[in-house]
Amino acid sequence: MNEFFTLMRSELLVTAIIFMLLFIKIGKGIRNEQLLSGIQFLLLANFISGFFLNSTGSLFDGMFYTNGLIAFQKNILNLGVYLISLLFANWFKKNEHMPEFFMLMLSALLGMFFMISSGNLLIFFLSLELATIPVAAMANFDLEKKLSSEAAMKMILSSAFSSGILLFGISLIYGATGTISFAEIPAKLDGSPLMIMVFVFLFTAFAFKLSIVPFHLWTADVYEGSPFATTSFLSVISKGSVAFIFMATLYKVFQPMDNVWYNMVMLLSIATMIVGNLFALRQQNIKRFLAFSSIAQVGFILVGMSGYSTVGTPSVVYFILIYTFSNLAAFGVAAAIDSQTGKERIDDYKGLYQTNPFLSWVLTLALFSLAGIPPTAGFFGKLFLITAGATKGNYMFITIAALNMIISLYYYLRVVRAIFMEKNDRPIEKINVQFSTKLALIICSAGIVLVGLLSWIYDYIEKLN
Amino acid sequence: MNLISLILLPLLTAVLILLVKDAKQVKLIALTGAVTQFVLAFVLLFAFRNERAAGNTAQMLFELQYNWFPAWHITFHLGVDGISVAMILLTAFVVVAGVLVSWNVTKMTKEFYFLLILLSLGAYGFFISLDLFILFFFLEIAVIPKYLLIGIWGSGKKEYAANKLVLMLMGGSALVLVGLLGLYFSNTERTFDLLRLSQMNIPVEVQKICFPLLFVGFGIFGALFPFHTWVPDGHSSAPTAGSMFLAGISMKLGGYGCLRVATYIMPDGAKEYANIIIVLSTIAILYGAFATMMQKDLKYINAYSSVSHCGFVLLGIGMLTKTAMAGAVMQMVSHGLMTALFFAVIGMIYERTHTRQVSEMGGLLKVMPFITTVLFMVGLCSLGLPGLSGFVAEMTVFMGSWEHPDTFHRIATIAACMSIVVTAVYILRAVGQTAMGPLKAGYETLSDAAWNEKLAAIILIIGIIAIGFAPFWLNDLVSPGAELIMQKISQAK
Repeated sequence: MNEFFTLMRSELLVTAIIFMLLFIKIGKGIRNEQLLSGIQFLLLANFISGFFLNSTGSLFDGMFYTNGLIAFQKNILNLGVYLISLLFANWFKKNEHMPEFFMLMLSALLGMFFMISSGNLLIFFLSLELATIPVAAMANFDLEKKLSSEAAMKMILSSAFSSGILLFGISLIYGATGTISFAEIPAKLDGSPLMIMVFVFLFTAFAFKLSIVPFHLWTADVYEGSPFATTSFLSVISKGSVAFIFMATLYKVFQPMDNVWYNMVMLLSIATMIVGNLFALRQQNIKRFLAFSSIAQVGFILVGMSGYSTVGTPSVVYFILIYTFSNLAAFGVAAAIDSQTGKERIDDYKGLYQTNPFLSWVLTLALFSLAGIPPTAGFFGKLFLITAGATKGNYMFITIAALNMIISLYYYLRVVRAIFMEKNDRPIEKINVQFSTKLALIICSAGIVLVGLLSWIYDYIEKLN
Repeated sequence: MNLISLILLPLLTAVLILLVKDAKQVKLIALTGAVTQFVLAFVLLFAFRNERAAGNTAQMLFELQYNWFPAWHITFHLGVDGISVAMILLTAFVVVAGVLVSWNVTKMTKEFYFLLILLSLGAYGFFISLDLFILFFFLEIAVIPKYLLIGIWGSGKKEYAANKLVLMLMGGSALVLVGLLGLYFSNTERTFDLLRLSQMNIPVEVQKICFPLLFVGFGIFGALFPFHTWVPDGHSSAPTAGSMFLAGISMKLGGYGCLRVATYIMPDGAKEYANIIIVLSTIAILYGAFATMMQKDLKYINAYSSVSHCGFVLLGIGMLTKTAMAGAVMQMVSHGLMTALFFAVIGMIYERTHTRQVSEMGGLLKVMPFITTVLFMVGLCSLGLPGLSGFVAEMTVFMGSWEHPDTFHRIATIAACMSIVVTAVYILRAVGQTAMGPLKAGYETLSDAAWNEKLAAIILIIGIIAIGFAPFWLNDLVSPGAELIMQKISQAK
């Protein structure tokens, strides 16, 4: 019983918050501001407690499995949700349905926790659904906007489709091997065509969630239509969690077939980087822009995953930590501007530096980190992903990845150019940034600068692996 | 002498610049930082010479090594030899002059100086790092400030120029990255350490692939033909200090990388591709010179002549003789000082006449004697007048090239020599038309150089004349380094 509490601590706490919200919603006693501070406090407590007393172990007959690295991954997700609750505090406070939003978001987070910890395909499928369906409802949260409902519809349909494929794959794997436990599958994989097909089905489901090309088509529309809080949740937390479990699946479950999946991962990685980058070149809307840029980033994550697990795992986890800071900072600035002026176009950002130097610097830092420019952490993250990908000796692949960094630099610099260089007669007026938003942006900026330079953070992740 | 102070000082300066608000304080902090760094560079020089005089024959002096990313075997490894010391000195000269010249920048002063100092931080770090990972890290740090400097404070087609420059340089660094990873995975130790790599025998097949990647990657920074096209646009659009840093420091990153990383670690690769390097750099020398003849804008004149002069650096490396290699390093230092001064003078003239077209100027000697005298000097240095640094450096490269007795090298050397005549033509024409003749109407009231401009020019002129009259100290400084590289090359198959 004691083990139950220590191993599932994060899950239990998140569940407790969800129930608390549920009761408060029924009772209707607390104002949004106080409730939000309460949630933020509990998330922070969860984050801090995640660093202590981590042990390896499994529960429920191997269905739930955790170790130091998994706890750290959960912590990254938890930190991301905490930052979201700070970044969009203004929007939350004004929203009369705030408790529902948090209930949905935390349910999704709970699903992700279980997903990362899952030890067999059944609980994996259940938790994946738990992590997906609430997000569709979150996408619909701008109730008066038609685009928002459209986004939710697209999201739910594509998720349902991918779940169907995933279930089909699971049933095939059960039929072929007689087991659904992650620990037992590898021994029974024989590389037969059926197994390859099973892998393709599972890969497709992951590809949908990670928006890997050619399963990326829902991404831009859903990002554009959803409110900023949902978009950033989708692009950071949701992507990160699926990347974690995908990586675990590749390295542990499908390890015997690594020569098969290497080629698939490599080809889709190249396609994802190129398509994401090329589409991002022409985007005007900042949300669509960040959507395609995040597709390209996923392509980069795949570069790291294609390497050997000893270096692939830490570099992917490290990159996702950095990506969390960078992308949330970018979305935070865009949301702050949008909430006051309603401007979402990159052209509107012209001359932003004259009126809003703080926001401009944060956005620039975030974009440089996404582009992989030193001394931001993104440089280290991308370099380690590339180095991890190079461990298998495929230099053509690495060269393509490196060249893609240049294409991506072009469009990130487009925004920087608009902010600093281009003239505008009517620039965005001075934005009044709320304290909590400012705090979150400062945390993100500090993360962007420090996570790279302080090398012990990487060592910490490396040791957990 | 603790080398890390060379990095920490610019970092501290940059942070202080961010903290203060007043533009005047910003300038003072930047100047103090640059001057302190200048002093530090000389302290380094004397400490280095003392160590050598005391009989310390270690390849690199003042070595420092910290673990940075132990999982990847990345160490923060610093150290200098004569070549690095020469480059540090060059950087220190140019930074002080650049800070002084931009004293009158009023638009976003704080950001301007912050970016200048950040750029110099990248250069200082690059020249002293002995671990290829941190070398790459500093190389990239030096790129982005250029983009903002050109894009915000530049003139003309600045956005286009800034984009072109940053994308081409990043393309170069992408090639460098792939080459570095090739080296990293070719050794069983998995090390990025330059000294360790140079002691290992990297397989010839790996060298044949990685050498061109690294050489072309760094070559893009150093205006290797045909990847020189960012040079004219970038230089002519940049603000004065930006051009000075770009031509004086940043292009030298490329030459230094070609020499120290590509050629030193992979002597077999260097031998394999030496002829191609010679052909390309000879083309760059001649093409740059002839292209300069057609330019009407002073900045374009200096930018194209930079392509021509930087060709000598790569030619010296490609010749693979000790003298030519030492000449290449001397050419880097000489050209860095000379071109920085040239851009500074052009900036001073432009600030007064508001034009850079040669045809619109004339007789400026009458109203600004100091500035035009400096212009004469720098022009004479550029065309290789004995007694100034340009002569010494180019002569050394030619002498080194002539050591090869075969026809191919002779033809290349003679062709490169011809560029001196062309240089004389365009320099004398441009300088003569600007300074002499009747004074054009409207220029009667122009003032001569202010204190900051005089100081900047004098500092750079001292450097140029010192090398011109006493070339031995620079030669003594860089020769041992060149010899070491040559030893590696002569051992190669």
